[in-house]
Amino acid sequence: MGNLPIIFKRELLSYFATPLAYIFIVIFLISNGIFTFDLGGFYARGQADLLPFFSFHPWLYLFMIPAIAMTLWADERKTGTIELLLTLPVRLADAVLGKFLAAWALIGIALLLTFPIWLTVNYLGDPDNGVIFAAYLGSWFMAGGFLSIGSCMSACTKNSVIAFILTVSICFIFVIMGSPILLNAFPAWIPQFFVDAFSAMGFLTHFDSIAKGVLDIRDFLFFSVFIAAWLLASAVVIEMKKAN
Amino acid sequence: MIEITNLTKNFDQFTAIDALTFTVKEGEVLGFLGPNGAGKSTTMKLITGFLSASHGTVRIDGFDISENPIEAKSLMGYLPEGAPSYGDMTTLEFLNFVAQVRGFRGEEIDQRVQHVLDEVELNSVSQQTIETLSKGFKRRVGLAQAIMHDPKVLILDEPTDGLDPNQKHHVRELIKNLARDKIVIISTHILEEVTAVCSRAIIIAQGRIVADGTPAELESRSKYHQAVSVRLSENYDLAADLADLSEVSEVEKDGEDEMVFRILASDGKSIFSQVSGIAQAEHWPVTEFHVSRGQLEDVFRTVTQQKRGAQ
Repeated sequence: MGNLPIIFKRELLSYFATPLAYIFIVIFLISNGIFTFDLGGFYARGQADLLPFFSFHPWLYLFMIPAIAMTLWADERKTGTIELLLTLPVRLADAVLGKFLAAWALIGIALLLTFPIWLTVNYLGDPDNGVIFAAYLGSWFMAGGFLSIGSCMSACTKNSVIAFILTVSICFIFVIMGSPILLNAFPAWIPQFFVDAFSAMGFLTHFDSIAKGVLDIRDFLFFSVFIAAWLLASAVVIEMKKAN
Repeated sequence: MIEITNLTKNFDQFTAIDALTFTVKEGEVLGFLGPNGAGKSTTMKLITGFLSASHGTVRIDGFDISENPIEAKSLMGYLPEGAPSYGDMTTLEFLNFVAQVRGFRGEEIDQRVQHVLDEVELNSVSQQTIETLSKGFKRRVGLAQAIMHDPKVLILDEPTDGLDPNQKHHVRELIKNLARDKIVIISTHILEEVTAVCSRAIIIAQGRIVADGTPAELESRSKYHQAVSVRLSENYDLAADLADLSEVSEVEKDGEDEMVFRILASDGKSIFSQVSGIAQAEHWPVTEFHVSRGQLEDVFRTVTQQKRGAQ
């Protein structure tokens, strides 16, 4: 446990030591603005909520989070610092978790900086702030889900571009898993419980209800377990591929 | 003490390290030699716990690297090959990070970091980001992190690779100073380094130990051990004068200099006095005359190629 905060701090500071963190935050905020106000029709809807803001998050995350996640382990392998890190008296679990949490915190910071939208909707109307808070939390947990996939893919390769492409592809599958288009495409002979299980793994299935204000602890539990599983897989992959 | 027992590492079908067994005691500076690809770096990665062994054990002061990795790693300082470090951090930030991971807190951190900055002379670049540093400085940053916690065991993978002669000298002096009550293992393919800093050398080839001894012992295995080297000012038939001397096995002409000859001793016997007696009696036109201790390079080539030939 001892070294987790130290690794977390080093990772988070290293994002801000390069332009990466700033570029990520600026692009995140601009895209959110465009999606919410132009494409989402924030004003035209005439409703005091942030549904247009949140409903674009899965698609925004699909490209932005792999960009953060791709360097997590691939760069450590490429520059050889993984050998340094893992021969220090550091537990692999601390390293995996510390790096993940730092990247997750960066996304959290970017998400917090969208607060003017929250202020705007409060200025214009009388929204249910409890719903908005839950949706923020849900969005952050979903981001963690994307990020955990990215952590594992980044551990698979030395090449961060490959890690990016793999992460986007796998994340895309998880995003659309619950969508009706995909579910309707299943042939009728496939048992219903299988289709349900498949749909239950989809990010949209869980996030849509959170975004609409249906606060179900099971949706948060889903993302927590999902993150834990992918981080465990990351650790296994790192252990296996160290020699290459 | 480091005890390595039956250490083996297989990559798929390929055996990189084949049942290595040796121990290293306090105060020893062990030079780990071998041709490229012999398994030097792999052995170091196994000792430091970066890779896990297929068979066999590594014990550092009784702590097994696979069973008690944190305790064992705490006793070691390691400079990996190429001295990797986080390029976007400054020297100071990086060393602070290492000090914290090594368990130092509060004022101790500043003290330890300042100590290693002084020790490897990094003060001038402490505020620069590591990626902007020259190769020599990067190597020293790697050394600084390795000695941060004054470790009992110091493992350095090619510590002087790519350094200029002044820097090499400095790093060697540093290693000698550190070595007194520690165990130091250095991998290198620079043989002069072994004679300069090591108290013991192990030569490996294809994952196996082919020679183990003090540098002097290894040198004495060379066919040039006790050989007398002479430089002549004009052509002279040395071999004819030495034909009656049974201790002389051969007279060899130097490959580069036509006027230099090596008179090789049979079975490493001392032939200096006999040869010098003949030289004086026969009035050899000599301008240089000295005894060779033997060439480590020659031993290195012999033992590593024998291994290859045997397979």
